Amino acid sequence: MGKVVLVTGVARHLGARFVREIRREPDVDLVVGVDVQPSPYGLEQAPPEGSGGRVADYVFARADIRRPAVARIIAEHSVDTVVHLNVTATPLGSGGRGTVKETNVIGTMQLLGACQKAPTVQRLVVKSTTSVYGSAPRDPAVFTEQMQPRALPSGGFAKDACEVEGYVRGFSRRRPDVAVCVLRFANIVGPAADTPLNEYFSLPVLPTVLGYDPRMQFVHEDDAVEVLRLAALEPRRGTTNSGTFNVAGEGVLLLSQCARRLARPTVPLLLPAISWVAGLIRQTRVADFSPEQIRLLTHGRVVDVRHLHETFGYTPVRSTAEAFADFAAAAAAGLLPTERLAAATDRLAGMLPPAGRTPAAAGRTTEGGPAGAGPAESGTWELDLR
Amino acid sequence: MSAAREYAMGDAKVIPIESARTGGAAQPPSRDREAAAQPDADRSTADRSTADRSVPGREGADRTRPGTRPPAQGRDARRARGPVRPPAAGPEDDRRAAHRRLPPLSALPQGPLPGPAAAGAAGAAAVGEAVGGAADRAGAAAERIADAVGHALAGPLGGAAERLLGRGWERRAANGLAFLRRRITGDYEVDEFGFDRELTEEVFLSLLRPLAEKYFRVEVRGIENIPAEGGVLIVANHSGVVPLDALMTHVAVHDHHPARRHLRMLAADLVFVLPGVNELARKAGHTLACNEDAQRLLERGEVVGVWPEGFKGIGKPFSERYKLQRFGRGGFVASALRAQVPIVPCSIVGAEETYPMIGNARTLARLLGLPYVPLTPTFPWLGPLGAVPLPTKWTIQFGEPIATDVHPPEAADDPMLVFDLTDEVRETIQHTLYRLLVQRRSVFF
Repeated sequence: MGKVVLVTGVARHLGARFVREIRREPDVDLVVGVDVQPSPYGLEQAPPEGSGGRVADYVFARADIRRPAVARIIAEHSVDTVVHLNVTATPLGSGGRGTVKETNVIGTMQLLGACQKAPTVQRLVVKSTTSVYGSAPRDPAVFTEQMQPRALPSGGFAKDACEVEGYVRGFSRRRPDVAVCVLRFANIVGPAADTPLNEYFSLPVLPTVLGYDPRMQFVHEDDAVEVLRLAALEPRRGTTNSGTFNVAGEGVLLLSQCARRLARPTVPLLLPAISWVAGLIRQTRVADFSPEQIRLLTHGRVVDVRHLHETFGYTPVRSTAEAFADFAAAAAAGLLPTERLAAATDRLAGMLPPAGRTPAAAGRTTEGGPAGAGPAESGTWELDLR
Repeated sequence: MSAAREYAMGDAKVIPIESARTGGAAQPPSRDREAAAQPDADRSTADRSTADRSVPGREGADRTRPGTRPPAQGRDARRARGPVRPPAAGPEDDRRAAHRRLPPLSALPQGPLPGPAAAGAAGAAAVGEAVGGAADRAGAAAERIADAVGHALAGPLGGAAERLLGRGWERRAANGLAFLRRRITGDYEVDEFGFDRELTEEVFLSLLRPLAEKYFRVEVRGIENIPAEGGVLIVANHSGVVPLDALMTHVAVHDHHPARRHLRMLAADLVFVLPGVNELARKAGHTLACNEDAQRLLERGEVVGVWPEGFKGIGKPFSERYKLQRFGRGGFVASALRAQVPIVPCSIVGAEETYPMIGNARTLARLLGLPYVPLTPTFPWLGPLGAVPLPTKWTIQFGEPIATDVHPPEAADDPMLVFDLTDEVRETIQHTLYRLLVQRRSVFF
């Protein structure tokens, strides 16, 4: 008899992708999807295209994990692996912050309660976030799994995630026989990921905080799904997949770098002004721009991924920069003509006479010329003439 | 690589405008990846990349030079490019011009305010288009100017440029352009601490170097005490109100060390709270003075600089000059012990007299949330002029390394040993300071 995997949050992009992936596993017999609404990604339909071989059955159970109904579902299908992906920052469809918090915290409590009562459950995977570390100027530059931030997040999704992790720790104490894996994901990006940061980067003009250039880390959704898959299965030889792991792509990008790679102009604003703009953006529903996201965009956050590479045994295929490049390739073209500016510099460089051969002629000084090409260009020229 | 190379190869007549527009920002250009990947301190890499680039340059120059007037070609190209502009650009020239002058976001609220989501998105898109038009024009203008300048330099102005800027200006200009290109497209790398090596080398150090070489005439001794590779902790005395001594030490280590190593400084948390300052500090490779960061840097094999006196040292009154303050709690020694790296004591003479602090405006400091507000003979009485440091003559002496690998890493938890080592480092620096002060002829020469 194969595994029975219960997945919460299948109505979201990541959950749906994970279900598709885990159904292809040979030793998985049944996948139970739980959410308040059926997945809009068509999980119920025929087996995923191109899979070739056998795929596990899929059952959707409409249930609100805030209610005890989930215990019945676990008992009914004798679930042995629970993958809890319904810890999210944004509401599904309508609903405010209150609903999100309830789903995150009360939902996790109910689910863990149900798991504790179910003797069949052997493995629990919980999606968390690196925002449990907060974003503060007085914290270390790189967080490892053991580090505690100097101040716990005061609210928002980060606080939910902290509380969820607290309940998960309590659960693993009460059920030491269950392998528990907490995955702290950095910001998930991808062509189709539906995260708040993706929405932010889709704005035509990126508001930033004046005087701060935060360090960001991303993980590609393909890598996120792969890490979840590995965590939900038996550990491979020489690796452990229970414990807490930071999941992020190698390397770091600065926000200014992201903006330039997206060819989006940035507007640096003072902190009070940006709170106002964030409120406006939130109200118009162009993007979710929460206070904790502003903190992220102010101070940034970088986590250490050595533990993931060495203990968990997985190195994300895409680095932070590559994950972001994949997202940028799918994003709409930006407003800055960076391509053309870059081409202009290339042409200018190509037209420079080769060193050591110069025609003897007199004329204007060179500083006069490029100064017209824009402030950045003139600045660099002067610098270069040191 | 290939697309970028095409731009460089093509002469003024075959301008891939279309591809530039349709390509959009989709694929970040990968030109000069090698240069970006290892922007090594030694100039040889830079030279190599320029040599690469000068090949297409030579072709272009050969084609344009003989007799013909190159700028005319540029003008032709411009005319040909005219109709390629977006058709929507025509009627609303004024509005677009306005958008260009205004910061784009100030226009953003106009859209979203009246209606719900759809209106907001539409408004944003409209603004986007308008700004996009302006951006297109800016791009075209930049190309035109690049053409004109390039032809001028290839033709009549080359001689003038050489006379004015000295030999090899083409190479430097090409370097500058490559740097500019990477900045425009965001095609550079930072490490996990946010250290932007290229920016530090090209901009920060270039700005600080005249200060170190011409103004303070820093004399560097004992640079051979810093190993060519591997982690090392440099511990120095702190003085002079403004952390100029730390910046000068960075220049000294980078410019004098044969391996051109970068000094990664551990800075006070105040640095990372202040807007603007924190951004520059991170890009210059500094990080917060805490055990985790220090150890991480040392384990990565970096040269880490620490000024354990902190604000007690840098903000001490002039009467106490060159008297070392307490060395914190010895956390730096524990980090070095754990990482098993040597400690190099460093004594800096001359920084104390740059701003002789004769008083401290305590009330104002408390109001501003700063550790001190200095009063010097010139500041704040002479206004901004008073903020100019005195041109003292500096000496930076790196001492003999103190080995820590004779102790096991667990020794970091032995407070007696940590205190002993802390005292040893402190005494070494203090004695070296006294010796250097005796040798010094004058504060200013």
